[in-house]
Amino acid sequence: MSKRIQQHASLWLSLGAVLLIGIWPMLTGNALDRETAFTVLRAVALASSLNILLGYTGYVSFGHVVFYGLGGYVGFYLISERGWSLWLAILAGGLAAGLLAYLLGLAILRLRGAYFALATIGVNEAVRAFINNFEPFGGPTGMTLNFKIYKLYGGPANALQLSFYIILGLTLLVILVSYWVRTSKFGLGLLAIREDEDAAEVMGVVAPNAKTWAYVLSAVIPGMVGALVFFKNGTIEPGLAFPLNTSIVMIVMIMLGGQGTVLGPILGAAGYETMRDFLLVSPLFKNLQLAISGVLLLIIVLFIPRGLVGWLRQRYPKVRRLLI
Amino acid sequence: MILQVQGVTKRFGGLQALTQVTFDLPEGQILGLIGPNGAGKTTLFNVIDGVYTPEEGRVIFQGEDVTGKKPYYLARKGLARTHQIVRPLNELSVRENVMVGACFGHANANLKQAAQAADEVLEFVGLASKADQLAGSLNVAQKKRLELARAIAAQPKLLLLDEVLAGLNPSEIARMVETVRAIRDRGITIIMIEHVMSAIMNVSDRILVLDFGKLIAEGTPEEIAQNEKVIHAYLGDPKLAERLMQGE
Amino acid sequence: MDALIRSLIDGLLLGFVYGIAAMGLTLIWGVMNVINLSHGAIIALGMFSVYLLFTALGISAYIAVAITAVLGLLFGIVIYFIAVHRVIDAPELSTLLATYAVNMIIIGVGTSIFKTSPRNVPLDLGSVHLGPAVVPTTRLIAALVAILVAAGLFLFLKYTRPGRYIRAVTDNRDAAEIVGVPSAQVLALSFGLGTMLAAVSGALIATVFPFTILSGGSYELKSFVIGVLGGLGNPVGSLFGGLILGDIESLVPLVMPTTWTPVLEFVLFVVILLVKPNGLFGGEE
Repeated sequence: MSKRIQQHASLWLSLGAVLLIGIWPMLTGNALDRETAFTVLRAVALASSLNILLGYTGYVSFGHVVFYGLGGYVGFYLISERGWSLWLAILAGGLAAGLLAYLLGLAILRLRGAYFALATIGVNEAVRAFINNFEPFGGPTGMTLNFKIYKLYGGPANALQLSFYIILGLTLLVILVSYWVRTSKFGLGLLAIREDEDAAEVMGVVAPNAKTWAYVLSAVIPGMVGALVFFKNGTIEPGLAFPLNTSIVMIVMIMLGGQGTVLGPILGAAGYETMRDFLLVSPLFKNLQLAISGVLLLIIVLFIPRGLVGWLRQRYPKVRRLLI
Repeated sequence: MILQVQGVTKRFGGLQALTQVTFDLPEGQILGLIGPNGAGKTTLFNVIDGVYTPEEGRVIFQGEDVTGKKPYYLARKGLARTHQIVRPLNELSVRENVMVGACFGHANANLKQAAQAADEVLEFVGLASKADQLAGSLNVAQKKRLELARAIAAQPKLLLLDEVLAGLNPSEIARMVETVRAIRDRGITIIMIEHVMSAIMNVSDRILVLDFGKLIAEGTPEEIAQNEKVIHAYLGDPKLAERLMQGE
Repeated sequence: MDALIRSLIDGLLLGFVYGIAAMGLTLIWGVMNVINLSHGAIIALGMFSVYLLFTALGISAYIAVAITAVLGLLFGIVIYFIAVHRVIDAPELSTLLATYAVNMIIIGVGTSIFKTSPRNVPLDLGSVHLGPAVVPTTRLIAALVAILVAAGLFLFLKYTRPGRYIRAVTDNRDAAEIVGVPSAQVLALSFGLGTMLAAVSGALIATVFPFTILSGGSYELKSFVIGVLGGLGNPVGSLFGGLILGDIESLVPLVMPTTWTPVLEFVLFVVILLVKPNGLFGGEE
């Protein structure tokens, strides 16, 4: 293998994995497969985004879904009430999420460890409760899209198809960003912060700035994904936009695949969704889906805390350079 | 003067850790900092490099008042240090550890330059063969060398060494002392805290003695070895007093 | 004016019950720096324990609360050894996720057995007059039991040998181990006590309000808010935090729509984390 390919092996592997998920429903031509693939790509995009903060920087955000929900609401409002195009709404959703992360970052990134995790839960709940009372966004009942809007995109069927291409594009974008961060000087600073923030500062890493930008980067794409998902759903309400549980599922996916690696969250997200689908359709496990996921999570945390990719890296030092 | 410390006082609650410490350090010297345990030596390092802000007094680094500036500001400006209790970035490779120093310290290297600098520095401190290992897998002596390598890779103007000799065996000490001299010969000014008396007496141009947070003596190694106040201060620590007087 | 006093009293009574739930959370945090994310699920188990003992076995409600306390203690010790002990010294993400996994397991099994339909413990003891306020007797008893439990915990920590061990481990685990405190047992006991408090609080809530298997989640969030108000790791502060939260909940509706209460609570929560991380009553860091 030439050194150049080897250097970027994990990028090619990651992009390849995402493309595979994207191409599969196009080959089968089955709309149901496409919806499954959409869910998996959404999970990959969210988990890979969070990984920039959690895996590279070592800050555990338990309320990361707040960016998804906020982006969703902002995008939905602009499309539904202001007549913006989907494209601009997605950008606006990402921007809103990034801005919130920037402002929050200035405040709560001073907190460390569990205090930060708790604060992120508080922020998510505060925003959710606020939107519950915010009449322009429809309060507790949320908003519903006028079906006519899908005509602009060639009807509902075409809108679904378009949404799928966009989620594929967004997911590929996250992977590129994630890889760039992991292999950049900026990312090296983040890794140093993760390992020992005080020592990193003594070595010259400007931790407050680096953390804030990591937070912003990890928030923007979830905001865009939120805008897209709720456009596709046609309806939005606080309970759907800010489920605390989704934040934690994102973390579980990262842990499953291997935190702090580019490939890990992809494998983790795909693996988790596949398993969930399997459990949901199996008559035996249908009702126990949540409990089984819990047992699985417990096993990972207790016995393979580095996740699949981390375990591979540890077990086979030769692949360490390949799998980052 | 590369560093001026003027009337620095640092308190922790009711505890007076440093009282009115004042000294100047000209460029190119090795300054030894000694004193019994708990005398405030590491606290002084923490004040100089911005980890603590002193209640009184000023720290002037390369002509600029840097009192109260953050550690990363000082690092970028040309300060680097090692920690008494090593702080390797465990899950990063040895090379990556050193690259952090090169990237974010005074050298401000890009990744490519940093990787190159890391390999050079690792060669210099004798860790080249460990470059691809995780830093967490090194033994203590190797971790001390890694701390040093990270600091040098930053290409600092001033280097603070906090007990780099502690826990090393005699041949390792001899090697480390040579390394310290070689660093100075690269034009880097050094302050070192040390308990290994023979080494510090041997390598320092000048020595400061701290006791209970106060500077009680300052001079050449010969002057310090005969200073009554110093010997008295060390009587609280008989082993050290003995070593000091025997110049061991 | 009467309305104000009524709401204050209502809030105080509820506050004691919230307070002991938060005490459970903050005791565990104080002793071992673990945020117990299975807290809400344990609260829900406490609710269902009283419900089942009362409706299925016909056991008197307050004896059921006592049985629930014992079960809570034992269950907590089991959780500690299965899910927490192995990762007690790992980064906080591990214990957060391990306890969350326990939460998923309990809620998953609970949902499949009980579904999510609302239940209540059909217990009517009439009502009593407290000044201008008329409160259901169950609510008064719940508050009194909560006070008793809190006092009991305080005495236990202060005057018994295991209690002293717990305080020693809270101060400094390494030092406590050096002088021979059996730290694994002490940690397990602390975790058990923490879950006991959560279970009792759930049990008491069940005698007052209807609930589902998912109700624990919102009480868990309340416990976070209270814990932070009173200072994480400060069980006595939690009791006061509980009173504050109880009164916020009962007074806010007098001045603005009830739905604004959580906004206020969580903003307060984040602000206190930022400016007074040791709680309203805690000293400077």
